[in-house]
Amino acid sequence: MADDRIAVPSDLTPREAAADDAWWTDLRRLTAARIGLKRTGASLATGPLLDFQLAHARARDAVHAPLDEARLVGDLAALGGPVVAVSSAAVDRQSFLMRPDLGRRLAPAAATILAPHRSEAGYDIVFVVSAGLSASAVQTHAGPVLGAVLATLHAEDWRIAPLVLVRQGRVAVGDAIATALGAACVAVLIGERPGLSAPDSMGAYLTWQPNAGTTDADRNCMSNIRPEGLGYADAAFKLTHMLRVMRKLRRSGVRIKDDSDRPLAISGN
Amino acid sequence: MRDWLLSDEATPPALSAVAPGITPEMAAAVSKISRLQDLVAVAAKCSVVTAFRNTVGLPGHLSVRLQPNHPTDDGRGIAASILDGLLLGSGDAVIGVNPATDSPERALALLSMLDEIRTKLDIPTQSCVLTHITTTLDLVGQGAPVDLVFQSIAGTQAANKSFGIDLALLDEARAAALTLRRGTVGDNVMYFETGQGSALSANAHHGVDQQTLEARAYAVARRFKPLLVNSVVGFIGPEYLFDGKQIARAGLEDHFCGKLMGVPMGVDVCYTNHAEADQDDMDMLLTLLVAAGVNFVMGVPGADDVMLGYQSTSFHDALVMRDLFGRRPAPEFENWLGRQGLLDKANRIRPRILPGRFRALLPA
Repeated sequence: MADDRIAVPSDLTPREAAADDAWWTDLRRLTAARIGLKRTGASLATGPLLDFQLAHARARDAVHAPLDEARLVGDLAALGGPVVAVSSAAVDRQSFLMRPDLGRRLAPAAATILAPHRSEAGYDIVFVVSAGLSASAVQTHAGPVLGAVLATLHAEDWRIAPLVLVRQGRVAVGDAIATALGAACVAVLIGERPGLSAPDSMGAYLTWQPNAGTTDADRNCMSNIRPEGLGYADAAFKLTHMLRVMRKLRRSGVRIKDDSDRPLAISGN
Repeated sequence: MRDWLLSDEATPPALSAVAPGITPEMAAAVSKISRLQDLVAVAAKCSVVTAFRNTVGLPGHLSVRLQPNHPTDDGRGIAASILDGLLLGSGDAVIGVNPATDSPERALALLSMLDEIRTKLDIPTQSCVLTHITTTLDLVGQGAPVDLVFQSIAGTQAANKSFGIDLALLDEARAAALTLRRGTVGDNVMYFETGQGSALSANAHHGVDQQTLEARAYAVARRFKPLLVNSVVGFIGPEYLFDGKQIARAGLEDHFCGKLMGVPMGVDVCYTNHAEADQDDMDMLLTLLVAAGVNFVMGVPGADDVMLGYQSTSFHDALVMRDLFGRRPAPEFENWLGRQGLLDKANRIRPRILPGRFRALLPA
């Protein structure tokens, strides 16, 4: 935050200014939003202006930071199941950013990599992880969230496909993976666009029986998964809850609502 | 058509008279052969005025949507951002929260809090929780305090299907909101958001260029007599608008097309961190849009939306624009600002300290 000692021309008495500063300091504990910023005339004072520019430079760096794939595969393998890595049709970061259609499709070689893992009996679910727009988001948060979710689902006898890591993948690439493996639903964990105050948010997109006609209206989304936002335990709770609702109702998307804030909503399940 | 739009015969009344007959294809085509200067000059002659609890879009006025988002929808955190925005004269277009989840319970809690703040401070403005229209429709049925019905819309039937909507659903939601009769000076009850590239993003563009489809989204909007329509121009990312120059052009095209078609256009002047843009680009687009008579822009604390993860315009940006161009807030809202002691002797918005009445508002 801005250096509060920076002198900004003001018609407040020193006593009034000190009381106002104290009030805004309290309010800032309630939100990461940039509130109560020093002003000069109608404009932002120099302190908060420079704070903003530094934050923007850091967020730009986060977008282009590479994923440490070996480490993430290691972390995911430690959860107990097999981990498979495939690529989308986007060959590099630039084509991922500029061609969303390529990021939604699998590279031709992916079919061969996934084929040995297909189950004719079918899986209940496949989890897909992609760096998306923030490698640090999935690098840090995918393991802990998946660990909690998988433990619960295993206890409830879900048939879980190998974890799939996709290079340069967008959300819809999960549809093709679910089809290739024979999974009834897909959960994609993906790095969200880095914000100035949150360079490492992870999103989760859940889709029941994805196919070529699936649209975004058929998905359920949870966003801002990170310790300072939707924490690991809450995220895992909501994710498992939504998965149970999806399996019970045999559908996903705007027609089902996140009612996990309503206690015992599906207590009969 | 470009020559006529720029001619002296195309007066504000003449442009208002032809607006209902201008199709999206006409508007998009003429926008593409226009320079930025043309897009500004013609739009500045178009006036689209709407009303709910105040009047938005009057010539010489600039309204602001107060956008107090919070990553976990914390009521106190949202209220803190609202207080900051109100102090700096934002919120006359709408106080509108994007919730972090689709939860109907959360949306109801937020709606109730917004309504409590509005009624306690007796603010002549409207509130909105920007959740899916089906959620809002259910909440109207439960008697929730819904002022405006929000929905993202697009320019093809297939893209709208990917948003989970069709025209019949929009009709149904508007009819439901009208039955509540919550507007005091008008009954424009809809709030729509759009953005170039949404049809392509949903693979629902049928090979049509993104500006024509954007203008078709305005034709969807026009049918429902909205209070506010805004193009969230740089939100989707560089795959649609690569850099600051493209974002600026698109923002001015969108505003021009919407105004020409009689749509109450605002613009979320914004960019994401994966686009080649920064705040300097936003300054250029914002200044040109205010010169073009944009109905409203966004007010986000410090221009940094901590929930959606993108940069927009700040309360301060709007203040500077109002001073620079002599634009006033919505008249009903400006009277209220005066009564709160937030205007200086020159009628500029210059809050001194947080009024005690505001401090009492933070939910426990």
